[in-house]
This record gives sequence, structure tokens and C-alpha cells, in this order.
Amino acid sequence: MTPRKEEFEEKEKEDTTTDLDHEKSRDVVVPGEVLAKGKDILPGEGTRREGEEIVSSRFGLLDKTDRLVKVIPLSGAYIPRAGNTVIGQIVDVNFNGWNIDVLSTYDAFLPVMECFGYINKKDLTEVYDFNDILVVKIRAVKPRSIELTMKEKGLKKLEGGMLIKINSARVPRIIGKAGSMVKTIKDETNCNIIVGQNGLVWIKGEHVEDEIIAKKAIELIAEKPFEGGLTEKIKEFLEKHKKK
Amino acid sequence: MTKEKEFKRSDGRALDETREIKAKVGIIKRADGSAMFSFGKSKAIAAVYGPRVLHPQHLQNPEKGILRCYYDMTPFSVSERKRPGPNRRSSEISFVTGKALEPVLQIQNYPNTVVDCYILIVEADASTRCAGINAASLALANAGLPMNELVAAVSIGKTGDHFVVDLSKDEEDFTVMKDGKEIKAATDIPIAMLSRSEKISLIQLDGKIKASELKEAIALAKKTCKKIVEIQKKALKEVKNN
Repeated sequence: MTPRKEEFEEKEKEDTTTDLDHEKSRDVVVPGEVLAKGKDILPGEGTRREGEEIVSSRFGLLDKTDRLVKVIPLSGAYIPRAGNTVIGQIVDVNFNGWNIDVLSTYDAFLPVMECFGYINKKDLTEVYDFNDILVVKIRAVKPRSIELTMKEKGLKKLEGGMLIKINSARVPRIIGKAGSMVKTIKDETNCNIIVGQNGLVWIKGEHVEDEIIAKKAIELIAEKPFEGGLTEKIKEFLEKHKKK
Repeated sequence: MTKEKEFKRSDGRALDETREIKAKVGIIKRADGSAMFSFGKSKAIAAVYGPRVLHPQHLQNPEKGILRCYYDMTPFSVSERKRPGPNRRSSEISFVTGKALEPVLQIQNYPNTVVDCYILIVEADASTRCAGINAASLALANAGLPMNELVAAVSIGKTGDHFVVDLSKDEEDFTVMKDGKEIKAATDIPIAMLSRSEKISLIQLDGKIKASELKEAIALAKKTCKKIVEIQKKALKEVKNN
């Protein structure tokens, strides 16, 4: 179990896109709010230009750098992005691949071509069957479809354990800076944890009790997204439960 | 016309004063976005789900995503029990609410999908469709959907000769005595306005009004909607504190 753990820590480091220290000081903006003025500033994601002004097109946190303004969503459904590692469930098996529900607007598609090894095309259910849970990577996001790949380290079918759902906007907090938060939970509970960017979290430990503690810790983080010193609080929480 | 000494509203409000407004977002855990909005005793909750693929397939629009609104009242929201389920009135309000919210919602890039917005009136004391639109606007924003701006709605009324903002049930049923008969003398105009462009996305009229007076009513609605937008903004920004 130990070598597998390390495999994922690396992945989580890459996935941390939001700088958490800045999150608290950032402003919450609402649709229609003027974010910046001036022709030299570029409107990023979740914003638009109206004449001189840059206006917000989404409810979320304001991310302002020298020349670029964007809005990071705070709530709502998962927006898929290329390069994200997500957890999904097989909802359909086709002749050349699988349809996977990754909690986004459209079902994602995993073609046979994007899987490792020899696959008998006559019966794809032998490889992945209905309702199987997979960790997959998003290869490309097209206007009407999401394409997945399994051709990477650490991507596999998940067996056993438990799966919980949290808001996808809270995922960076669960992972923590360079994977620090999830590492704390893993070490303290002896569980293997995989956090999908779509808000699905898979937990597997040797005992169900460990899994439940890990689950509670993750839910605690998801509930309090703006609280400072969360790492300390989670450590405290985990230690308190470990003694019992 | 003789000048009246001082016109008092039944609950002691000023003519351009709304009832106490309360707004809160994120009240329904399992919805993608949710909000509560109340004008005094009129209380609406809204839940937004989606965008999700629309079924049955023949309803899908391959050019853009669509918005579906459902307005309904709880059976206990009014003094006489309301039979659950859609009726002629609620179907109409669902339709106009959808039309009022559609201009701000940017879901063209989600073809074949639907955004479902369920509005439930928990307690009704007139102006429920306005409370519903306000709640729905907050819920859509809370769902993280791309929106150009917010929508605020308020009802402007005319009781006798006076323009009043945010009608209550008493004012909606305002009557005057004429030739020994009681006749209805209240006019109710629900108006929804977009927060940034100040365009009107809904205007309905129940009663009688002169064209010149209608302009006055719209000006009053715009003024009030600006105040409501501020409350909506405050409610959305509060998420950071809890």
C-alpha cells in the first residue's frame, strides 16, 4: 500500500491550482460587478469587457494580477478542464469505449485506445463493467464532449473503500498547499485517499473506523472553506479521534 | 382633487419603503445553487440544478442550453389551503419568471442541456413572484453559472391615488366605495430589472393605470430595484463569513 501512496502525492501537487494563502484576502464578486477599468487589462475567465470596464460574469473569488483579471468559482457544479484527474462511474459501455459520469454537464468518454494493454474488443465489460469506479484524467474538453485517458501513472479502477462527494470548489482546500492537507489526513488515519478534481473523494483504509475519521475530517474542511489555520485544526481533530 | 392630509399605509410604511427584506444563499445543501428571499411575510426559496443533459431528448435544443423555471406555492402558504401541484396561475408565473431570468443567463455554450430552477413560496403575502425572481436570481449566481448580471424585482402598486412600493396583501385588495358599492381600486405592477444595464425583463399589470402614471411607476421600480440589488450583493458576499 505504501508505494501507491507516494504515487498520488505527486499528482496532487500538480493539481493544486489555487494559492490558498491568498484565498482569504480575495474579494467575493457578483455577476455584473465592475472589476477593473482600463484598456490595458485583459479579461480572463469569468469576466468580460464592456467598453473601458472589465465586468464579472460569474459569482466567485476575484483573482487580479497586473494585467489579467479572472473570477474563480466558489460554488456550483464541476467545470471540467483538460489535465484534471477525476473520479467517475461507468454509465455505458459502447463498442469502442466507455461513457463515464464525472459529475459534469456531459458524460465523459474513455476510448479503448486510451487504455493500457491488450483489450478484447468483443466484450469491453471484461475490462470495465457498468458501475465501476475509475480514476481517470481528462485529456481534452470539447464543446460537447469530454475525452478521458487512462494512459498515465496512477490511473486505475478503484476497488473497495468508500466514495464521498464534496463541492468541487473545495478540492484545492482538501489537497492543501502542495498536497499538505491530504497528506496529514493520510498519515494520521493510515488511509489511502484519492481526491478527484470533480469533488469525489475515495478513501480506503484497513479498518472502516479509519475511513470514517478521514471522511469526517474531509467534510470538516469542505464545510469551512475560509477558516484560517485549518491544517492545525485538522491535526487536532485527527489526534482527538485517534486516541479513542 | 383635494389634498389628503397624510396618507398612511396599512402597516405604517412610507410610500417608497419596502417591507423588511431578508436574503440568504446556499440554504439547500444538495442543490447546485440555492437561495432564500423574503419581503416581510412573503418568503420564497429557490433551488437551481444543472446545467444537465435534458431528457426526453426531443425537448433538447442543439443550439443552446435552456432554462426551466417552476413556481409553486406550499399548501400552507396561504390562508386557504392551496392544492399542491401546478395550476393556471403558477404555470403562468413559471413562464414569466423564466422570461425574466433568461436575458442574464449565459448558457449558450451548453447545448442539449437544461438548467432547472425550482421556486417554492413558503409563505405568501402578495408580491410572491417578485420574491421568487429575486431568490431565483441569487440561486443562479450561487450555482456558479455564467451570468451577465443579477435580476431584481419589485411590485409597484397604486392604492387609490397613491403609488406604493412592494404591495402587501391588504394593499393588493384595496377597495373604495363608489355609489354604495365596493370596487377594487388597487393596481399591481410587478417589475423586474437587470442590475447593470437597468433593462426591464418583466412587467405585468393588474388593474388600471394611465400611460403617464406607468412611467412614474417604472421610475419608482428602478429606484427600489437598485436597493434590492445591494441586498442581493450583500447576501452573496456573506458566504465568505460563515
